[in-house]
This record gives sequence, structure tokens and C-alpha cells, in this order.
Amino acid sequence: MSLIRYQTPEVASWPALDRWSTLRGELDSLFEMPLWSGFGRQSQLFSAWTPALDVCQNNDNVVAMIELAGMKKEDIEISLHDGMLTISGERKSETAQEDKAERSERFIGKFRRSITLPTRIDANKVSANYKDGILTVTLPKAEEAKPKQIQVNVD
Amino acid sequence: MDTLVRENRNGAPAAQQEQFIAPPASLREDGDGYRLEIEMPGVNKEGLEISIENNELTIIGRRSMPQVEGTPVHREMRPHNFRRWFELDPSIDAAKIGARIDQGLVTLTLPKAEQVKPRKITVS
Repeated sequence: MSLIRYQTPEVASWPALDRWSTLRGELDSLFEMPLWSGFGRQSQLFSAWTPALDVCQNNDNVVAMIELAGMKKEDIEISLHDGMLTISGERKSETAQEDKAERSERFIGKFRRSITLPTRIDANKVSANYKDGILTVTLPKAEEAKPKQIQVNVD
Repeated sequence: MDTLVRENRNGAPAAQQEQFIAPPASLREDGDGYRLEIEMPGVNKEGLEISIENNELTIIGRRSMPQVEGTPVHREMRPHNFRRWFELDPSIDAAKIGARIDQGLVTLTLPKAEQVKPRKITVS
């Protein structure tokens, strides 16, 4: 005889427990986030507009993606200095002064995001693409930073 | 104007529902109506779904993000799709609502119905 009662799969779980498990899942995912990235955004949270930034890397490139909805290409600036990538820009309000704002949650104004790149890159071959409100910056790795396979010859 | 409490009104358990992000929006009143702007980065025309039911305007944006192979170094974006809903004011002419999307910014024009617009009555 077992003291632990198993819940049969046919029995629908109490809906409130589902919500609890969702909340737990969300809390778990919060802890899985790299701490430094969380703090990085928080410190800027109170001062200005901080668009979300993702960076990933593969054998050839470091790729940065940033969420910038409704910008003009000319208003985005990308710079590279001392192994640090900086994306900045300004969103200008298009509405006339006499319009009455009923509700405003969108940021209007300047933003600036910087990230230290994980490897050395070839600054002359950096390219950027702005599509559907996502800016993608592709930074090819410098030859010496690429992983290399070394052939070992045994005599 | 948009009641978050009523967002989960279908009664299905939360765990089975698709998760959405409520994106930032701005609403402005101009001469003949309202202009609603919603930020949906990563959404294009094909991924945009706008519907009106029982005086409720629902905007769903499904993202098609650029696919990049590699290992993440830094991550802040959330992978969910967007959804926002608004209750329409009776003064809005639902049949004349216009929409466009440009660089992930959805702009909806909500014109006021003719009878609500101020008009002059000529005394004969």
C-alpha cells in the first residue's frame, strides 16, 4: 500500500493550480535569464527608452538584433569603438502639436545601447539591415578570432 | 479603455492559452477621429490580424523574426507574439477603420461617425 496518492490523468486539475504553475514557470524563466543582462536593463529603466537587444554568435559572425518599431533608417546610428558596439538614435514625434494625446505609452526621444563584443571583429565588413522594426547588425569575426581546425601530422 | 482584467475572459486554463505580450500603444485625437499606434517589432503585413467583434477591436501581431544561427550571448527580447484589445467608443465609425504597418509600427485610423462630428445648422 502506498501512502502517496497519485492523481489520475483523467481528473482535470483545478484551474487555479494551472495559473500557479504558469506563475512558477515565469518565475523560473526569470531566474534562468543571465543576471547581468537583467541588471543592465534595469539600471537604464528609469532614465530613458531601452529597446530590447539580443546578441548571438556563430563561427563567422557576431549578430546583434534590436527592437526599434517605427523608426526612420536615417535616425539610427551604429558605431564601433574599442570592441564596443553602440546603437543609438532618436524617434521624433510625427503628430501635430494641437493633437490631444489621450494615452501615451510609447517612448519618443533618444535611446542608446552599448555592448562589449565577445570577440574581435572585422570593422570594415560590418553590415546592418532594418526590416519590420528590427535592426540586425552583422559583425564578421576577425580572421584570428575564428575557430580553426589544426591538422596534426603524425610521422 | 482597455481593461486588462477582461483579457482572459475565455475561461480556458491559462496554461493552455497562447502567451501574448501587450505592446505599448499611443492614442491621439485629431480633427476627425483618433489615431492609434501600436509597437509590434518583427511583425509584417502578413502577420497582422485585426478584428472587430461586439465593439471590441483586437490587434494580434505574429512575429517573423530574422533567423540567425548561433549561440545567444545576450538576450532581452521575449519570443511571444503581440496582442492588444480596445473597446471602441460608440462615436467611432467601425466600418471606416483604416490600418497600416510600417517598420513594426501599426497605425490605425479610427474616424468618428458623421453624426458625432460638429456641424453647423443653417437657420432659414
